[in-house]
Amino acid sequence: MIDLQGFGDQLLFGAWMTLKVAAGGLLLGLLLGIMGALFKLSGMRALYVLGAGYTTIIRGLPELLVVLVIYFGSAGVLTQIAGWFGHDGYVELSPLAAGIIALGISFGAYATEVFRGAIQAIPKGQIEAARACGMSNPQVFFRIVLPQAWRIAIPGLGNLFQVLLKDTSLVSVVGLEEIMRKSQIAISNTKEPFTFYFTAALIYLSITVIVMIGQRYAERWASRGLVRRSE
Amino acid sequence: MNWNWEVIFASLPQLLEGSLLTLELVFISVLIGGFLSVPLAILRTSENPLVSGIPLFYTFFFRGTPMLVQLFLFYYGLAQFDSVRESFLWPLLREAYWCALIVFTLNTCAYTTEIMRGAIQAVPRGEIEAAQAIGMNRYHLYRRIILPLAYRIGLPAYSNEIILMLKGSALASTITLLDLTGMARTIIARTYMPIEVFFAAGCIYLLLTFLFIQGYRLFERRMMRHQKPI
Repeated sequence: MIDLQGFGDQLLFGAWMTLKVAAGGLLLGLLLGIMGALFKLSGMRALYVLGAGYTTIIRGLPELLVVLVIYFGSAGVLTQIAGWFGHDGYVELSPLAAGIIALGISFGAYATEVFRGAIQAIPKGQIEAARACGMSNPQVFFRIVLPQAWRIAIPGLGNLFQVLLKDTSLVSVVGLEEIMRKSQIAISNTKEPFTFYFTAALIYLSITVIVMIGQRYAERWASRGLVRRSE
Repeated sequence: MNWNWEVIFASLPQLLEGSLLTLELVFISVLIGGFLSVPLAILRTSENPLVSGIPLFYTFFFRGTPMLVQLFLFYYGLAQFDSVRESFLWPLLREAYWCALIVFTLNTCAYTTEIMRGAIQAVPRGEIEAAQAIGMNRYHLYRRIILPLAYRIGLPAYSNEIILMLKGSALASTITLLDLTGMARTIIARTYMPIEVFFAAGCIYLLLTFLFIQGYRLFERRMMRHQKPI
C-alpha cells in the first residue's frame, strides 16, 4: 500500500476542507443561479442585461482567474470600503471565504442556464392555473415552479457540482489548506511528490464516485412525485 | 480607489505575448488530443468489456481528478522515480512546457473520447445496417459512414470542450509557465495592481472565447451545410 508517513490524517483534514469549500460554493452558486435565471426570465430589460452580462463574462473567464481576482482583488476594494466606515487597517478575505465566493460565482453562472432551461420547461398552463387560483408571484414560484424545476435541473446541476469539486483544487493556489495544499505540505517534508499527489488524485476520485451516487439519490428524490406505473 | 489605465497599457505587450503561449498550448493539445480520441472512442464502444475497459479507466481517471493534480503529478511527481530521471524522456519531462502540453493533451483527449463515444453511439442504426447491407467492411463502415456522422453529432459538445480547455490552460501558470494568467501574475508581483492587470487579462480571455465562438459557428455551418434549408 501507499506509505503516507503519518500525513494521512492531514490529507483527511484537507479533504474535509475541500468538502466545506465545495458545499459553500454550491449553496452560494444555487442562490446566484436561481436569481440569475429569474433575472433572465423577468421580462425586464435591465434585469435581463444584468443576468446575461453575468453569465457571459463569468463563463468566459478561467476559474483560476476568478479565484485570483476575488482573493487578491478584493483586498483593495474591502480596505477602501472599510476606510469609509472609519477603519484604517488592511482588510482581506480569508482563503476559505474567497474560495467559496469565487467558486460560487462560477457555479452560479453555469447554474443560471440550467435553471433557466428547467423553469422554461414547466408548462405555461400550470402557472396560469396557479394564478387563476389567486396565488401571488412568490407563491407560484415556490409552490409550482421551483419544486418541478428541481427535477429537470438536478442532472445538469450534478454535472456542474462535479466540475465545482475539481475546481476546489484551484483555491490551494491562494493558500487554502485543502487536499492539494496539504499534499504540498506533506511533500515538502517527505520529498515524495508522486506518492502524495497520487493519493490526492485517489481522494478526488472517491469523492467523485460518492457524489455520483448521491446524485442518483437526489434525482430519485426530486422526481418522487412522478410515479411510473407499468400497467 | 484609483483606476490606473497606464498599468494596463504598459502591460498589454506582455499580456499579448502570454496569450500567444496560451493559444499555442491549447491549439497543440486540442489537435493531438482530438486525433487520439477517435481510436479510443472506437475502443470504448466495443462490446468486449476488456477492450472498452482500458479507455474507460483512462477517461475515468482524467475526468475524475482536477487538472491541477494531473499537472503536479507529472511536473513534480515523476521526479520521485530514479528510473524516470535517468530515462531518455527526462529532458522533456523536466520542462514545464512539455509537462503542460502532455497533461493538457491527455486531459482534453479523455473528455473528447467521451464526447466521441456518445456521438458514435448516436449514429442511427439504420445507416449502419444499410452500409452493411451493401457489403461495406468494418474499415469502410467507420471511414465512410460512422465517423463522418459522429464528427457532426459531436460538433456542438466539442466546442464546449475547447472553451473549457482554453480556460483550463490558465493552470499552466501554476507550474511557472508565462501564459496569459502567468504573465498577469508576474506583472502584479511587480506593480501590486491586481485589479487592473486581472481586468486586462480577463478582457483578453473574453475576446479569445468570443472570437473562437464566432469562428466555430462558421466552421459548424460549413460542416452542416448538407442540412441547410434551400
